[in-house]
Amino acid sequence: MDLWFSEFHAPDVKHSIRVNRHLYSGKSEFQQIDIFETPEFGKVLTLDGNVMLTERDEFIYDEMITHVPMSVHPKVRDVLVIGAGDGGVVKELARYESIERIDLVEMDPQVIEACRTYLPENASRLDDSRVHITYDNALRFIRRCSNCYDLIIVDSNDPFGPSEGYFTKEFYGICFNALKEDGIMVNQQGSPFYKHDAEAMQRSHKRIVSTFPISRVYQAHIPTYAAGYWLFGFASKKYHPVDDFDAKKWKNLHLRTRYYTTKLHIGSFYLPAYLEEMLEEVEQENCCK
Amino acid sequence: MSEKTIVDQSRAPIYEALQNFRQMRVVPFDVPGHKHGKGNPELTEFLGEQCVGIDVNSMKPLDNLCHPVSVIHEAEMLAADAFGAAHAFLMVGGTTSSVQSMVLSTCKRGDKIILPRNVHRSVINALVLCGAIPVYVNPEVDCRLGISLGMQREQVAKAIAEHPDAVAVFVNNPTYYGVCSDLRTIVKMAHDAGMYCLADEAHGTHFYFGEGMPVSAMAAGADMAAVSMHKSGGSLTQSSLLLIGPRMNVGHVRQIINLTQTTSGSYLLMSSLDISRRNLVQRGKQVFKKVIEMAEYAREEINAIGGYYAFGRELINGNSIYDFDPTKLSVHTRDIGLAGIEVYDLLRDEYDIQIEFGDIGNILAYLSIGDRPQELERLVSALAEIRRRFQLDGSGLLSQEYIDPEVVLSPQEAFYAAKRSIPLKDSAGMVCSEFVMCYPPGIPILAPGERITQDILDYIEYAKVKGCSLTGPEDPEILNINVLV
Repeated sequence: MDLWFSEFHAPDVKHSIRVNRHLYSGKSEFQQIDIFETPEFGKVLTLDGNVMLTERDEFIYDEMITHVPMSVHPKVRDVLVIGAGDGGVVKELARYESIERIDLVEMDPQVIEACRTYLPENASRLDDSRVHITYDNALRFIRRCSNCYDLIIVDSNDPFGPSEGYFTKEFYGICFNALKEDGIMVNQQGSPFYKHDAEAMQRSHKRIVSTFPISRVYQAHIPTYAAGYWLFGFASKKYHPVDDFDAKKWKNLHLRTRYYTTKLHIGSFYLPAYLEEMLEEVEQENCCK
Repeated sequence: MSEKTIVDQSRAPIYEALQNFRQMRVVPFDVPGHKHGKGNPELTEFLGEQCVGIDVNSMKPLDNLCHPVSVIHEAEMLAADAFGAAHAFLMVGGTTSSVQSMVLSTCKRGDKIILPRNVHRSVINALVLCGAIPVYVNPEVDCRLGISLGMQREQVAKAIAEHPDAVAVFVNNPTYYGVCSDLRTIVKMAHDAGMYCLADEAHGTHFYFGEGMPVSAMAAGADMAAVSMHKSGGSLTQSSLLLIGPRMNVGHVRQIINLTQTTSGSYLLMSSLDISRRNLVQRGKQVFKKVIEMAEYAREEINAIGGYYAFGRELINGNSIYDFDPTKLSVHTRDIGLAGIEVYDLLRDEYDIQIEFGDIGNILAYLSIGDRPQELERLVSALAEIRRRFQLDGSGLLSQEYIDPEVVLSPQEAFYAAKRSIPLKDSAGMVCSEFVMCYPPGIPILAPGERITQDILDYIEYAKVKGCSLTGPEDPEILNINVLV
């Protein structure tokens, strides 16, 4: 049998993964949820036909969105995670003993249920006593918070579906307001390569730059995402992601990682020229305003 | 057996006729010249073959809007049944044409018509056309919100008593903000005095289908109602319905409509009315229930932000706010130190959110079945952010007050009279010969024939500074104004 899952990475580019079995298919109030078993990538979670995670490469995304801010902020106690119903980000966060509370806001309970059943390792730490799950629209949840969190991690789907609201200026604004005076927000920032993604990335970068005093972009190689090349946004009220980075302190935690290293931390903020240009373009528009 | 008992609301005769027409593959040697789009490939590419293929002329199988005898007639009968009217006319010139047809059907030159001053410009335009004379009823103004309300019963009774020769009473049902007058009582007062009662229901289509809504004009016994199907009804922009009650003569109203309506009625518009009417009958109740729930939720959330006041049914006072349209999401913004128009501009420029309008003290977000909760969350969050980032001390803000107009001449006489253009700032004391209004909402600040006062000039200047879009005068910059010689 020749069964393939395909996803358009651009209107004229398709990425396909051979499928052994379709393990789960469900339609929630918000989106179409599917889980496949594949020979190369292990289990694969897709939402509305977009790959969210694969067992094979989730470590790259989850480590990079978590350890980068965690090694910059000197004392993270309260964390808010948005989206991330698969549990991967929480799994990484739960390794830090210093964290006292992790609020997880996921709009779609069905994603969490499906992941608990079919991706139990990924979802393993969702039952940690520090984790508090709320099923709600994140804008609604965060709007009610002021000066609450040291770190907000925005682990959303791409900006063209139900997660569109998590790439807006009002969203970044309420996140700013929900952070403490030295808080950090990290978000998945999409890919700079294909035109459609690149434009969305520029739009959201512009909005973050106009909201936070410090806003940098860092990168990782993620094989199953568009162009295999992914960006994260590091937005901060006080700490600079490289200047305030404490490599020694993080090393002393002795957390074993497979992608993140303290050298890579610094390297991930060194961006290719075309990307620097794209970011500068919108940063300049902002300061001229 | 009356025709009413045999209507089948699951049908959409114009839509069905167009479907048949498509299948017949008729060769067009008639207008329009684009010939089902083949003559204008760029337009066809842009709008789609489905769309341009039914942009056709009147013909036997598709009936004729000027004199409907088959499918348009049937669609009108179905619409009349759905809205509880004696007859319904499909209109293709916007609700402006429905409003004008109401006035022209009931008033002729020199006749008086009783109306609130916060009517849409189309009403006063109709007075320019027919030469009727307005008798304005002062709509009460809510001091805190600065919005014009409905007409009080006593004020209408007084106008009727003082002008027993008036021919009609005109009512907004509801106003742009969703405020309703006591329509049933006003209809009765008008009828007892031998006058017609006309209702502008540009913002009231859903009153006919939703539960827990204010009374509709036809249910209240009004003689005519102009219904903007393209607003809450879901049909295409510029399509509208004119409803009449049993006291009106169908043939006469049809003649009046034909005075100004196109003889090339668009089948895109007419089919959209037909399909939307069917949809409203079949699903309107659930749809508007959901819209009310969204509006109520948004009101709660916006009021929880602090500073803003999203107003609703608590305003009802039994008279000038006899009822309130629960689907309307109006928010008073002056307490955060920003004019409504400023919040309106910030929502668009900073947050890519387009709302219906902003005036001096309020904004209005238009909710419909097309909205989803996640977009409401964006709107509420953006309002919270605007408060956090832009809040000011509001002491310098002007409150919108009702300025009682002094009508010196009828709108028609003033519009056609000898006039000259003078700088607006020097025009106090003169009689205006044109309109000045903020758009939207399109309610005139000055209408032809009214005395210009310093209060009015101050208000216009303030609205300009705050960024309101002013329209009406010949001079697009609104620096000069035409006054009577």
